[in-house]
Amino acid sequence: MTETEGALVESRHLDHMVVGFVAALRDAGLTVPVGSTIVFRRSLELVGVDRSLAVYWAGRATLVTCPEDLDVFDAVFDAYWQHRDQPGEQPEPEIEHLTIALDDGADDGEGGEVADEPDVVLRWSPAEVLREKDFALCSNDELEEAQRLMMRMRFATRLRPSHRHEPARHDRGRDDLRRTVREALRTEGEPMRRATTVKRQQPRRLVLLLDVSGSMESYARALLRFIHAAVVARRRVEAFALGTRLTRLTKELSSHDPDQAFRQATGAVVDWSGGTRLGAVLTDFNDQWGVRGMARGAVVVVLSDGWDRGDPGVLGEQMARLHRVAHRVVWVNPLKSTPGYAPLAGGMAAALPHVDEFIEGHNLASLEQLAAVVAA
Amino acid sequence: MTEQAVSRTVAEVRCALEEHDYLADEGLATAVLLALELQRPLLLEGEPGVGKTEVAKTLARWTGGELIRLQCYEGIDIGQAVYEWDYSRQLLHLRTAEATGDAAGVDAETLENELYSPRFLVKRPLLQAIDHGDGQPPVLLIDEVDRADDEFEAYLLEMLSEYAISVPELGRFEAPVPPIVVITSNRTRDVHDALKRRCLYHWVEHPGLEREIAIIARRTTEVPDRIIRQVAAAVGQFRTLGLYKPPGVAESIDWAQSLGRLGAAALDSTLAEATLGTVIKYREDQERVREHGLDTIVEQALRA
Ligand SMILES: Nc1ncnc2c1ncn2[C@@H]1O[C@H](COP(=O)(O)OP(=O)(O)O)[C@@H](O)[C@H]1O
Ligand SMILES: [Mg+2]
Repeated sequence: MTETEGALVESRHLDHMVVGFVAALRDAGLTVPVGSTIVFRRSLELVGVDRSLAVYWAGRATLVTCPEDLDVFDAVFDAYWQHRDQPGEQPEPEIEHLTIALDDGADDGEGGEVADEPDVVLRWSPAEVLREKDFALCSNDELEEAQRLMMRMRFATRLRPSHRHEPARHDRGRDDLRRTVREALRTEGEPMRRATTVKRQQPRRLVLLLDVSGSMESYARALLRFIHAAVVARRRVEAFALGTRLTRLTKELSSHDPDQAFRQATGAVVDWSGGTRLGAVLTDFNDQWGVRGMARGAVVVVLSDGWDRGDPGVLGEQMARLHRVAHRVVWVNPLKSTPGYAPLAGGMAAALPHVDEFIEGHNLASLEQLAAVVAA
Repeated sequence: MTEQAVSRTVAEVRCALEEHDYLADEGLATAVLLALELQRPLLLEGEPGVGKTEVAKTLARWTGGELIRLQCYEGIDIGQAVYEWDYSRQLLHLRTAEATGDAAGVDAETLENELYSPRFLVKRPLLQAIDHGDGQPPVLLIDEVDRADDEFEAYLLEMLSEYAISVPELGRFEAPVPPIVVITSNRTRDVHDALKRRCLYHWVEHPGLEREIAIIARRTTEVPDRIIRQVAAAVGQFRTLGLYKPPGVAESIDWAQSLGRLGAAALDSTLAEATLGTVIKYREDQERVREHGLDTIVEQALRA
């Protein structure tokens, strides 16, 4: 193959762009294996780099593998490629996305690896009184203020080594991979070196299960705001509503606009403030998601008063299953702070033996504690 | 499509899909182009009814390749997905050999070789797609992979990494040219990351108003433009109500078509009420729509 001098420079330039962009995505928290980087590089040869929208779609097809990562991808893309052409039907992501998504990275300072992230950082406005006030007693305005404070809370869990999944068999990609890495290194590919040699670390997954049954009415809305704050502030978060049925809310809550997220989430839950089948719904969660993989090695938080009409034995059993696979199980009970409350009611008593941490959740201060427990 | 050697552009892919009645946005067209050019599977995820399965069917119409469909379900296994030995015919062969006295003269090994020869092999979709012979490669549709289990995914990953399948008794089948592979998932369960990384990925969203109008127009006959517009607008509204099963494009098409059949010139609340079942399938969801106010939605749609 004969390449002109110019083409070589072009190609080098492309390599730099590609590895730089991928490094930025990683700094913002996405997992991008080297294999995907190479497919992205090849894709750019096919779609060209003249139009940023072409680069954008090629990146999405090759570097992103779930819709939850799209916000971060968009923000990093915009930052890296400055301005993207207006994509046909989709609204341009708001600028806040960018601030939020890059905030983590920026705080880590130079060469900001996710690994340097402090365990937990909480920033509060001086509304100390509100911190202690029971959500059930808050006015709408106070709840709104509380929610703004929640959005400023930051979540992080300890990091664990991630296991990168390699395809089981060697394929042609392997050789290309070696060659491309070698080439990139020759072209003083600093970012590439970093991309391949730094040991990636992943935070543990955080799974939040919110009881939305009638008995939780005074708290569920405030707690949903809290969960939204967690979903947007941190990656690898999954959220579900537990009512008479199980509803996955991760997607609904992924919008950065709290009101929109809240509307989407409450809209998705058809049985808001309905009855409770805590044990049965937890069975569904374990069968469909939790024990199958989502809860494995994860920090699982149940936000519920533990009130269950069903057989407490089922709840106990399901909590035991969950506890076996999870890294840590936290139960947040807003009633815990109620004077005279003892967790003896059927469901709660059956669940407690399988809980690592039992905490309150009736006001901001207790949620601050939750953030700390989650991070521990 | 005949020229394999010439690379296509995204715009060309979009046009070709459109010629075959599929209206893709630039994102999907890019993912399709990359899948074709890089010979990698295309993984389409999204809610039911957003047009994932139809992509594979359209690709088959476009390329002229045979559509080979594997519908996944819980507990799907190699026997149903890859290949199976036809035991009853093997048995019959064995009996015939014995009856005609051939068996006496033939040693066990020869007989066994006969029994495990290609003529007793029943090829299921995955093997069919790999062992497709010459000519235009087929389009392999692995539909709703989220219904299958982990082990099946692991098998798929292996097969898709090499475009080859081993049958222990016969040896290795390799695709002369890789099939075009489309995998869909409704995301009731997360597909394993390793499998995702093997594929080009596209998250399929419900189309925007204008594209949905164009899709309905193309997929229905003799429905007034006005109705189509209103249907698309109303369905867009339904999707914001947080229904248990939000209507997909398929439902928009059905709804518009049945309104057309009723000879309606425009949507009104009586008509909408009478035909609600064609667009909102679950009773709970219908109630939710009524609670929200079907009239309001229709009114808004009329202004679209
Ligand atoms: N972009 C599109 N262009 C043309 N028709 C579409 C499009 N999207 C969806 N459809 C129509 O909607 C119907 C449902 O799509 P389908 O592929 O079955 O959805 P999914 O597999 O995502 O559940 C198809 O039969 C097709 O007629
Ligand atoms: Mg389908």
